[in-house]
Amino acid sequence: MKNTGNVIKYGDNIDTDVIIPARYLTTGDAAELAQHCMEDLDSTFKSRVHWGDIIVGGWNFGCGSSREHAPMAIKASGIPIVIAKSFARIFYRNSINIGLAIIECPEAADAICDGDKVQVDLDTGEILDVTTGQSFKAAPFPEFIQQIISAGGLVEAVKKGLVR
Amino acid sequence: MGMTMTQKILAAHSGRAKVEAGELVLANLDMVVGNDVTSPVAIKEFEKMGATQVFDRDKVTMIMDHFVPNKDIKAAQQCKICRDFCGEKDVTNFYDVGKMGIEHALIPQNGLVTAGDAVIGADSHTCTYGALGAFSTGVGSTDMACGMATGKLWFKVPSAIKFNLTGSLQKYVTGKDVILHIIGEIGVDGALYKSMEYSGDGLASLTMADRLTMANMAIEAGGKNGIFEVDEITLAYLRERGAKEPVIYRADQDAQYDRVIDIDLSSIIPTVAFPHLPENTRTIDKVGDVKIDQVVIGSCTNGLFKDLAEAASVLQGRHVAKGVRAIVIPATQEIYMRCLEEGLIKTFIEAGCVVSTPTCGPCLGGYMGVLAQGERAVSTTNRNFVGRMGHPESEVYLASPYVAAASAIAGRIAGPMEVL
Repeated sequence: MKNTGNVIKYGDNIDTDVIIPARYLTTGDAAELAQHCMEDLDSTFKSRVHWGDIIVGGWNFGCGSSREHAPMAIKASGIPIVIAKSFARIFYRNSINIGLAIIECPEAADAICDGDKVQVDLDTGEILDVTTGQSFKAAPFPEFIQQIISAGGLVEAVKKGLVR
Repeated sequence: MGMTMTQKILAAHSGRAKVEAGELVLANLDMVVGNDVTSPVAIKEFEKMGATQVFDRDKVTMIMDHFVPNKDIKAAQQCKICRDFCGEKDVTNFYDVGKMGIEHALIPQNGLVTAGDAVIGADSHTCTYGALGAFSTGVGSTDMACGMATGKLWFKVPSAIKFNLTGSLQKYVTGKDVILHIIGEIGVDGALYKSMEYSGDGLASLTMADRLTMANMAIEAGGKNGIFEVDEITLAYLRERGAKEPVIYRADQDAQYDRVIDIDLSSIIPTVAFPHLPENTRTIDKVGDVKIDQVVIGSCTNGLFKDLAEAASVLQGRHVAKGVRAIVIPATQEIYMRCLEEGLIKTFIEAGCVVSTPTCGPCLGGYMGVLAQGERAVSTTNRNFVGRMGHPESEVYLASPYVAAASAIAGRIAGPMEVL
């Protein structure tokens, strides 16, 4: 499956408190959470994000709390994919579980610039920066995690008996 | 090649004689934990899974602690979802206002976790119970739902950093200073995906409260879990709290570690993490002149009786500086009661502090102490990210209860020796 989108780029240690501040955690409604996504870090995010855009981050993306509200807010903002140098582990699990595609690729995260058009092949892990012509390859997910992703997240995986 | 403590617990819980770092395992869970923020999302996912009953009514714990007593209508709705669910499923360990405490203080206090357990919680500070010799890690709401429905969860077996502790802490130095020192050394992703395993002769000088604080902040170094080798101090604590029979897992002599870090506890001095990352640490002698507006003493990191007693020992007979608001939050009702019986509440109130019912409130900028634009707080909590305690242009400085109390008196960041 190939996705193409424009990049919104951030730095290292993007924490869950800036992705979705705790003052908005009184709801589990993804669309409502998306209204406040990134607002403490980047007040322009909400106005410039378009459906299909890709977030590129640095090291330790999603560090901090376990709130699943963080990947939910990103996904509901229209972002299907986050590429980063590394992900904090709970954010990593949560993203897989809710079906937000995440790709760990330090080279791509370094080279890709804000505003670049990027094409990502989730099956092969190939990333093409259409703007610059550079291409990158991320390591594929372990098989069990691929099964969760292809089932459509952990809820579907449990329903299909992958966890028993 | 041998196994670490964490690897042994994961092997035992997944029916394996041996596991290696990087392997994926499906592990049986001894406890699944959630709170009023994460559980409503988990309950929705639990229902989507088609589950009708929790896997074991004694092995699910739901604690209303983030926004209770209900801070607003939305928070009230969230708690109601949890209350209704636990009522309907007959969940044994549901803790509401009056019985509740901050989850990571209440669970060890009530003996709900023991050494050798495998625990998940939809709260990142679930790693706290590693202090008891358990494998315990924070997860999201969907993982919690899977745990509640099946009693199992997948894990990637972590590699580990071994912390070899020697010596003993100096006066006015606590577990908080040790963990801030460690995070300052290895960074906020220094233990990413890894276990932080604590052992060595120095353990003998660390109280359970110190260990709980250190395990609690494993996540601030990116760690999957923090875990302490079980010793007499652990076993005495588990007995006192009525926990079930412990199972002790010791690391093999030939266990492999990514790193071994030696820490001489006697060399640690009070440490403060400056905005906006827990790794931005400075020792107390290098903090400079930082004026403050608020002090928070409490949270899952430092809301235990020992923490409050340390703060009270500094505040006793002294007064909070003009212009500083000091908020003290005992982490559980039992701790609150003991503070009352031993005169600590009187000390706090006479010193000009306000004492709150147990809540996570101010730590995450929820309520009960939100910061205005440009304000600075010294806090015994665990995170100082942008906007963590309120306005995006406010600042949080993380410190021990001794330093927080001394700072409240001085009106600027200060060590206890400056005011005593």
